[in-house]
Amino acid sequence: MSTPWQLVRPEPSVRWRLVLALVLGVAAAGSAVALLATSAWLITAASAQPPILLLLVPIVAVRAFGVGRGVFRYVERLVGHDAAYRVLGETRARVTGRLEKIGPTSQRKGDLLARLVLDVDAVLDLWLRVLLPVAVAAITAAATVALLALLLPAAGAAVALAVLIACTVVPWLTAHTAQRAERNIAGARGDVAATTTETLLTAADVLAYNAVDSVLDDFSRHDARLAAAERRSAWSTGLGSALLVVCIGGASIAALVLGSTANIGGAVFAVLVLTPLALADVLGGIPAAAQLAIRVRAALGRVHELVDTPDALTEPTDPLPLPTGRDLQVKLLRVGYDDGDVLDGLSLDMPAGSRVVITGPSGSGKSTLAAVLLRFLEPRGGEVLLDGVDLARLEGDQVRSVVGLLTQESHVFDTSIRENLLLAKPGVSDLQLWKALYRARLGMFVEKLPDGLDTMVGEHGARLSGGERQRLAFARLLLADRDVLVLDEPTEHLDEETGRALLADLFAAAGDRTVVLLTHRPELVPPHVPRQLVCLT
Amino acid sequence: MKPLDPRLLRRARGARVFLAASVLIGVASGVLIVVQAVLLAHGITGVVLRGSGVAGVALALALVVAGRALLVWAQEVVAQRAAAAVKSTLRRQVLEHSLKLGPVWLSGERSSALTTLLTKGLDDLDPYFARYLPQLVLASTVPAGVIGWMATGDLIAAGTVLVTLPLIPIFMALIGWATQARSRRRQHALAVLAHHFADVVGGLTTLKLFGRAKAQESAVRRVTDQHRAASMGSLRLAFLSSFALELLASISVALVAVGVGLRLVDGKLGLETALMVLILAPEAYLPLRQVGLQFHASADGVAASEEVFRVLETPLPVRGDRTDVPDLRVSPLQLYDVTVRYPGRDEPALDGFDLELRPGEVVALTGPSGAGKSTALAVLLGFVEPERGVVVAGGSAADEFDPAEWRRQFAWVPQRPGLRLGTVADNVRLGCPTASDDEVRLALITAGAGELALDKPVGEQGQLLSGGQQRRVALARALITDAPVLLLDEPTAGLDPDAEAAVITGLRSTGRTVLMVAHRPALIAAADRTVSVGTRELVNA
Repeated sequence: MSTPWQLVRPEPSVRWRLVLALVLGVAAAGSAVALLATSAWLITAASAQPPILLLLVPIVAVRAFGVGRGVFRYVERLVGHDAAYRVLGETRARVTGRLEKIGPTSQRKGDLLARLVLDVDAVLDLWLRVLLPVAVAAITAAATVALLALLLPAAGAAVALAVLIACTVVPWLTAHTAQRAERNIAGARGDVAATTTETLLTAADVLAYNAVDSVLDDFSRHDARLAAAERRSAWSTGLGSALLVVCIGGASIAALVLGSTANIGGAVFAVLVLTPLALADVLGGIPAAAQLAIRVRAALGRVHELVDTPDALTEPTDPLPLPTGRDLQVKLLRVGYDDGDVLDGLSLDMPAGSRVVITGPSGSGKSTLAAVLLRFLEPRGGEVLLDGVDLARLEGDQVRSVVGLLTQESHVFDTSIRENLLLAKPGVSDLQLWKALYRARLGMFVEKLPDGLDTMVGEHGARLSGGERQRLAFARLLLADRDVLVLDEPTEHLDEETGRALLADLFAAAGDRTVVLLTHRPELVPPHVPRQLVCLT
Repeated sequence: MKPLDPRLLRRARGARVFLAASVLIGVASGVLIVVQAVLLAHGITGVVLRGSGVAGVALALALVVAGRALLVWAQEVVAQRAAAAVKSTLRRQVLEHSLKLGPVWLSGERSSALTTLLTKGLDDLDPYFARYLPQLVLASTVPAGVIGWMATGDLIAAGTVLVTLPLIPIFMALIGWATQARSRRRQHALAVLAHHFADVVGGLTTLKLFGRAKAQESAVRRVTDQHRAASMGSLRLAFLSSFALELLASISVALVAVGVGLRLVDGKLGLETALMVLILAPEAYLPLRQVGLQFHASADGVAASEEVFRVLETPLPVRGDRTDVPDLRVSPLQLYDVTVRYPGRDEPALDGFDLELRPGEVVALTGPSGAGKSTALAVLLGFVEPERGVVVAGGSAADEFDPAEWRRQFAWVPQRPGLRLGTVADNVRLGCPTASDDEVRLALITAGAGELALDKPVGEQGQLLSGGQQRRVALARALITDAPVLLLDEPTAGLDPDAEAAVITGLRSTGRTVLMVAHRPALIAAADRTVSVGTRELVNA
């Protein structure tokens, strides 16, 4: 994905739908213009009191355009929405595919990921509220100009100038002032957001120490700065819309002045003067579209930034068969990210069935090591051997059929307990699910739930406690039956006691599997577990 | 959704000023629209019928156009400034009210939802003020003026507009009402869809671990396509209301034009009046069409303001206002049969708990995780209302006292202290803003954190300090107050044994009453006595 456009571009099968929506949109907007133009012609011609028969065609035309605008607009919206939703689906699929290839994202992109769903939805705005309406407005306005130029070239030229300004300067001015306002406000807004978050997160402390007033005063200081910045930027926000009014009024006045001295019929003159007024309707959406375009561009830019990362590693072209042994050896491992090495020269011996506890402060490379063991990340130097075979010679999926991972925040999908477990091993019997749950010491709990295995766990497992969530993830891992279990800070979000109990159960249930525990709280490991302790710095 | 929430006007002065200014601008716009129509009709008629010059008319028109542009600009300025003022007012009110509602009300998802509401959510009020409300005002001022003026020239045309105009909101309401269920179902389907995508993206690592990730690209495509097909069906109905709006507006203009044309042929009407009517007719419908268009753009803002009022209208717990709280340096503190149940839970968080805390003693609360030890501290601090039972000090129930006065008797170190952006000293001074540097340093030393510099920066949520340092700063923050009772929630977790011993010695030396949640043997051993909380069996975690 070299440009954001490639994320949002329509497939060929959708392109014709977009074109159809565009044509219908022009037909709808064109009907509005034609309604006023034919009405002006009809009325001026009628004032000469000609035989009524001569007026039949314009009368029918006026009525047809009156109906046409509504009908075309309705169909346009349906076709446009259908097309835009198709592009959205495609974009979501493309993003999913890219993220799958990139692998687990580094911490730095975490906040981009959090906004991803909303940001991807900007595709809808891009097509429905920016590209289509602006294209419809520009084409309809151009057609109107062409019509007027046919009636009187000078008036056509004057209206063309107004339309040109409305389609270039107006959106630029709107976007420019909005962006400047955003720049002036962004800092103060960030401060207010940070202060709000902090105040709410520390609410209990603030109340307990009777510091509500001073904290609110502090908040109000930040808030007043934000409000002042917003008030200052208010002066420039309406300039684009005001200019649009000037353009359209000016076009009408120019047509009036130019047409009054030209040698044209009265009806044509009325058409010349009044038709530009219909452009107000056609071009009226441009300032809003310009404003929205900024936000859409920013949103899609963020999506692009997230997915525009080289693949975490390259799969081997001729992978070796998976070896049968389960001894793991880390030899002089060097791994890092853009900003330098995290691990350098690490060597470790992890024979099959051994227990290894790796500690170290945060940032010492524990999670990085886990990523390498699961072949999410390519080492820069050294190697990791599985039964003597370098992991780099194996495909990621091969490695992960041997090595399993439990992290501090295991993702629990918003579905039933059963579906969450089946993910690890599709098609197994309920009996095996229950076995896994009991080995993870969650069986009793699930059995007491009214819906048992069919209990829905909620978004991110919200209906489970932190400990239950980790146990569910562990049951899933046991079900997948991996020979090497990498446990990356499994107790991070649990209180001391729950964490201690979880670790004891993890080690007990692991049996003859290799367990690699990465933690900064090694004191929670049950004392009776024989282990090799490694400290990263 | 109400067109205009009266609570917004009541709560925020900025909104009232804005509405008044908008009405003025709306009336002025209506006048200028009529003047522009009259001038154009006059100019065209003059040229067509009399061949007269247009210089005067053009000049007047230029002034009118300039005036309209000025009003458009002024409307935006007024709207943005009003939005800024209203948002600021609401932010402060919501924050203050939610603090008063207390930490239990704020717990869980609510605090992050509130943060979103107060930042991004309220910004959605911008389009509400800048686009929706002004159009609403215009929709109630412009058509009246336009129809009135049309009536002076052509009663029949004015009548046509007068009859068709009210049909628009009626039809929209009828169709909206008829399609409401379907459009809600569609909204729901879209939300489910977005949620599925979010779930897949969030769980991609997990899917990859189990070798299930590669299938997701096509799964996302398939699910999206199913939902699109399903939601197009309801869109066909949902768009009917704007279809009715557009159709009625444009057909009515066509009706007026044709009617006027026919009356011209009959000689019942002059050209100038006819043109004026033609120019004015679309203007009568325009504001209403704009309201329809902006209705959805502003829906987020309205939803945000409703959320705001839901918070503001949540009643505060009823508490007494006595300020003569007994001094717990001399009065004992008793809990009788205190039972707490959190909303949405079946099991009580604390069940029939009794405790007597005598001045000067150090009591350790023990018991399994989830038994209610922290809840007992929260009851003492007045953060939770017991469902049953009572807290008594010096013969009076705790809830007779003003909560702020009551809390002066306590200093609290929570399990996860909420530290604030600033320095170590700023944080220690939270409950005692006037403490001198020496006092702060002494408190830090007693808390076993003598090595921390007073001006050491503390990041958001305690960042830049280790977990152990955060706890000790929180302990110093408690010690520096002169509160007679210290409530400590695992004050030595994350400390090594030496540091723990130092903290315990420091605590002992203050001679204050201490109630502490304790797991570690060293801490339990340091207490005068141990009270066990909760005996019910816990299944897990």
